[in-house]
Amino acid sequence: MSDTSPKTTDTIEHDEHHYYDREHVDDARHIEHHRTELYGLLAQFDDVTSTVEAAKKVRDLGFTHWDVHSPFPIHGIDKAMGTKPTILPWLVLAGGITGLIAGVLLSWWTNAVDYPYLISGKPQWSFAANVPVIFETTVLFAALTAVFGMLFLSKLPLLYHPLFKHSRFRRVTNDKFFIVIEAIDPKFNRKETKAMLTTAGAVAIEEVHEED
Amino acid sequence: MTSIPHQPADLPKLHGEVDNTFDDPRERSPLVVGTHDFDSVTQTVCSIVERKTPRAWWIAFFIASPLAFAFVLQIGYLVTTGIGLWGNNNPVSWAFDIVNFVFWVGIGHAGTLISAILFLFRQNWRTSINRFAEAMTIFAVICAGTFPAIHVGRPWLAYWLLPYPNQMEMWPQFRSPLLWDVFAVGTYATVSALFWYIGMIPDLATLRDRATGRIRKIAYGLLALGWNGSSRSWLRFEKAYLLLAGLATPLVLSVHSVVSFDFATSQLPGWHTTIFPPYFVAGAVFGGFAMVLTLAIPARQFFGLKDFITMRHLENMTKIILATGMIVSYAYAVEFFTAWYSGHSYEQFTFMNRPLGPYWWAFWIMFICNVVSPQLFWFKKCRQNLWVIMTVAMFINVGMWFERFVIVVTSLNRDFLPSSWGMYIPTWVDLGMLAGSFGLFFTLFLLFCRFLPMVAMAEVKTVMPQSHVHAHDEHHKADFHGDSHHASPAASAATKPTDEESKKGGSQP
Repeated sequence: MSDTSPKTTDTIEHDEHHYYDREHVDDARHIEHHRTELYGLLAQFDDVTSTVEAAKKVRDLGFTHWDVHSPFPIHGIDKAMGTKPTILPWLVLAGGITGLIAGVLLSWWTNAVDYPYLISGKPQWSFAANVPVIFETTVLFAALTAVFGMLFLSKLPLLYHPLFKHSRFRRVTNDKFFIVIEAIDPKFNRKETKAMLTTAGAVAIEEVHEED
Repeated sequence: MTSIPHQPADLPKLHGEVDNTFDDPRERSPLVVGTHDFDSVTQTVCSIVERKTPRAWWIAFFIASPLAFAFVLQIGYLVTTGIGLWGNNNPVSWAFDIVNFVFWVGIGHAGTLISAILFLFRQNWRTSINRFAEAMTIFAVICAGTFPAIHVGRPWLAYWLLPYPNQMEMWPQFRSPLLWDVFAVGTYATVSALFWYIGMIPDLATLRDRATGRIRKIAYGLLALGWNGSSRSWLRFEKAYLLLAGLATPLVLSVHSVVSFDFATSQLPGWHTTIFPPYFVAGAVFGGFAMVLTLAIPARQFFGLKDFITMRHLENMTKIILATGMIVSYAYAVEFFTAWYSGHSYEQFTFMNRPLGPYWWAFWIMFICNVVSPQLFWFKKCRQNLWVIMTVAMFINVGMWFERFVIVVTSLNRDFLPSSWGMYIPTWVDLGMLAGSFGLFFTLFLLFCRFLPMVAMAEVKTVMPQSHVHAHDEHHKADFHGDSHHASPAASAATKPTDEESKKGGSQP
């Protein structure tokens, strides 16, 4: 995470140059600063309502490579963004079924097949006596799938992201809301997208660049 | 409470604190009191970790950590010498070790109840207390797991409990409740730790983004896993959290049920009863909430968390204690009734032996602490007095330990044949290890308070009125949470220059 390249400090120091608002949106002077590849645009919003309204607008314009970043899950943001439901529950179901089968096979094979012995006159294999262990393996496998599935689908752990270079973005874990539209989006146009975000109520817009 | 309080300032005061314990069906009482915006929530919670270590913390740490160290030394002494250092004997082959195990596992259950069951029931007040209640769960399970591990006598061979292919060509016995325990407690510890950690990732990211020192930046940076608040990540995060809550709920019920099977599947009078699983689970929640209060009341006092852990939170917990305390009392009564109704003379003798036998004092301590003391919570005045709450919580902590002592020791010391009766007297190692386990628990908890976010900031922010989308023409109305937009002026402090613009921008659809 040692990304304090000269360009990054430049971005932070000249913060106000990268501060766009409605009046300065067409001001393209600052773009010359950037020699690296453009990652996208970072637009800051100060409250939930304007963030959600802006997200709806971005969704309706047909953008695909974009995201809303917020300090907490915003109620109804999935609808506003048009995000598809996650497949995580199905993965967890599969994990749980795997755990169930593993628990049944483990207790049956070890105690009834590979190493059968009598204890307290109990049957070598009866489902009832093995329910606790089978239940626990089911829960364990499902829970591990939920955790690691969530991390995998969200591409975490993530050691580097161009957004982390922006000091403004640090408040995403505190009290500010951001919409990030990536440059690879087919609808992306540096100038137009910037203008669109400004009219959508962004209080500040910065360009985000990939590292050299 | 006839008027609808729109502003937190309007709420009545109670012993110098905001009283949000009213029940007005027309509105919900605020879950966060005081004038807070998102930034001040972050500030309040993070400052606990970021500011200079308070003196009270050091004092507590210097009491707890030597006890924890003594615990480690005693474990070393026990492992190198043998479990004869304990007072366990024949017939009382299970004593303090198992009592402590059941006690600590039970303590943990309240944490899972708060984090999972109350989440599924959409009890939003849990957001302020779930993080440290979950931490309590994990530390309690660590203390619990230590005792059976050293009770096996040769703890370096404890891995034999796990099913793994080995040169002895033997497998564990899956029909034994002791093996069920290995799976139940092992799964519980794993799932609780994951649930706790996953829930903490967004807050660790907050600490990362605020960190100034290099060590902090790296440590919190690694722990936060690169979380950037992406809504697509939040979607999966919330789904995973919901699924884990759904999985942890039956899990927590299964764990203490399995612990109770250790007793219930035996044929000993006093143990061999079908009421044990629900009775143990209710007792666990009862005792666990007492421990949550024991930790929460000093924590909110010393760390300035009164706006988040409000009187309403404490009152809700006392109500849960009262409800579960009544279940526990009922279970005690049913045990006695069943013993009498069974016509089984050994069972009847065991139950007469509890209040009247040589361990009568243990029974009556249990009775006064668990049955009598929570009755105070029928009265609102008691539910709102911190001293009463703290005293009753302490009584219940003691009472629940003695409940397990009564179950384990009084059933074993006099069973079928008087010729094989025997008394159990704890040795100094027994008592020292009990104290030591408390030392370990509090040491871990103090370290947690100092280095990790004690309150789930992201979750608390979601129960604040500012976190909801509002149509522009409804700005003046009180919102769903019964709280008007008191935060808008407060929030503007940080965003003054931009506030005007956002309003202008917001009005352009």
